[in-house]
Amino acid sequence: MKNTDTAGLEKEFQDRIDRGEIIEPKDWMPERYRKQLIRMMSQHAHSEVVGMLPEGNWITRAPSLRRKAVLLAKVQDEAGHGLYIYSAAETLGADRKDLLAEFLSGRAKYSSIFNYPTLTWADMGAIGWLVDGAAIINQTALAKCSYGPYARAMIRICKEENFHHKQGYEILSTLMKGSLPQRAMAQDAVNRWWWPSLMMFGPQDANSPNSEELLRWKVKKYSNDELRQRFIDRTVPQAEHIGLSFPDPLLKWNEKRRHYDFGKINWEEFFNVINGRGPCNRERMKARKKADEDGLWVRLAAEAYAAKHPNLN
Amino acid sequence: MSTTENTQWKLWEVFTQPKQGEPYEHAGSLRAPDKEIALQNARDVYARRNEAVSIWVVPSECIAATSPADSGSFFDPANDKVYRHPTFYKTPEGVKF
Repeated sequence: MKNTDTAGLEKEFQDRIDRGEIIEPKDWMPERYRKQLIRMMSQHAHSEVVGMLPEGNWITRAPSLRRKAVLLAKVQDEAGHGLYIYSAAETLGADRKDLLAEFLSGRAKYSSIFNYPTLTWADMGAIGWLVDGAAIINQTALAKCSYGPYARAMIRICKEENFHHKQGYEILSTLMKGSLPQRAMAQDAVNRWWWPSLMMFGPQDANSPNSEELLRWKVKKYSNDELRQRFIDRTVPQAEHIGLSFPDPLLKWNEKRRHYDFGKINWEEFFNVINGRGPCNRERMKARKKADEDGLWVRLAAEAYAAKHPNLN
Repeated sequence: MSTTENTQWKLWEVFTQPKQGEPYEHAGSLRAPDKEIALQNARDVYARRNEAVSIWVVPSECIAATSPADSGSFFDPANDKVYRHPTFYKTPEGVKF
């Protein structure tokens, strides 16, 4: 009896999804839908938070006050993005405290891209243009996902990411108008960030175990490979425009497909980095833990103050 | 209280008024230990680009809401009262309103 009830509810749920309805926090949903969303959203939120570290590294060394103010604003946005998504995850009954504990313990995953080092100022350009560019493609798709709070958080985030994307491109196009060493620095950054950016869309469809289910629930609207192709098609002409190239000899416009063809992605590297063996995994987790520990006294002071002033509660 | 553990702060719902004279909209939620910090966090999280001229924060636990399961019967008293709309009424041709 119980089973038939669940089957009925699940069918009704799928019908709602198929009709394009948006699921809200208090609506009935399959336990697995809830779990998958909490997994995706918490990984996404952790990624935003870790994403502050590679760029935070350059705030004190930005080449001008304008660039410094911009970079600060961008890093502050990433903190905000993490918060929007943690809040959205909490509407599913997840506890932020648990999500953070899982993150700090090193058990939770986050985007592999943030485990690469930022070696030169040009990396700030490459991150804004390529990493945030890839994130926009992913997040624009998620802005139409079936879970209301996640979709709404994405709409807000996409608006802000557009500034990140353009400021990155501006950094590189400025460098490309500069001296030979400046142009070489821009090209070097792009060489290092191109492949990891393509990996941001996740494994190929054939190797993406969660994709089928997420597509059926319209949590994902497009497959990893579709979004990756969209990113490449959009980005190659932008590179050509300022004289940058990508480190892929097979990257070429295919007139028949009306898309760019591209070379093979090194998935071994991807899985190594995701599983904690990237160049900066340890450093990122260490920095994150330190920030949490260093901030503890501030949080405790705020709590003590609130406890002393009941009229503020 | 343990000094090595993160305690969970109270959850607040944030409402922002985009422009003077406009209604407040739900912007999202956040956690804060008290209302002063809730307001400051709300400004930093939901109004970094002049999205608000005024902010309300309300403890989430204070909000009562309709439940999706009951929303059909809850709202149906309005379903059969088309005469509450001006389009229900026939008026002679040529008269201007």
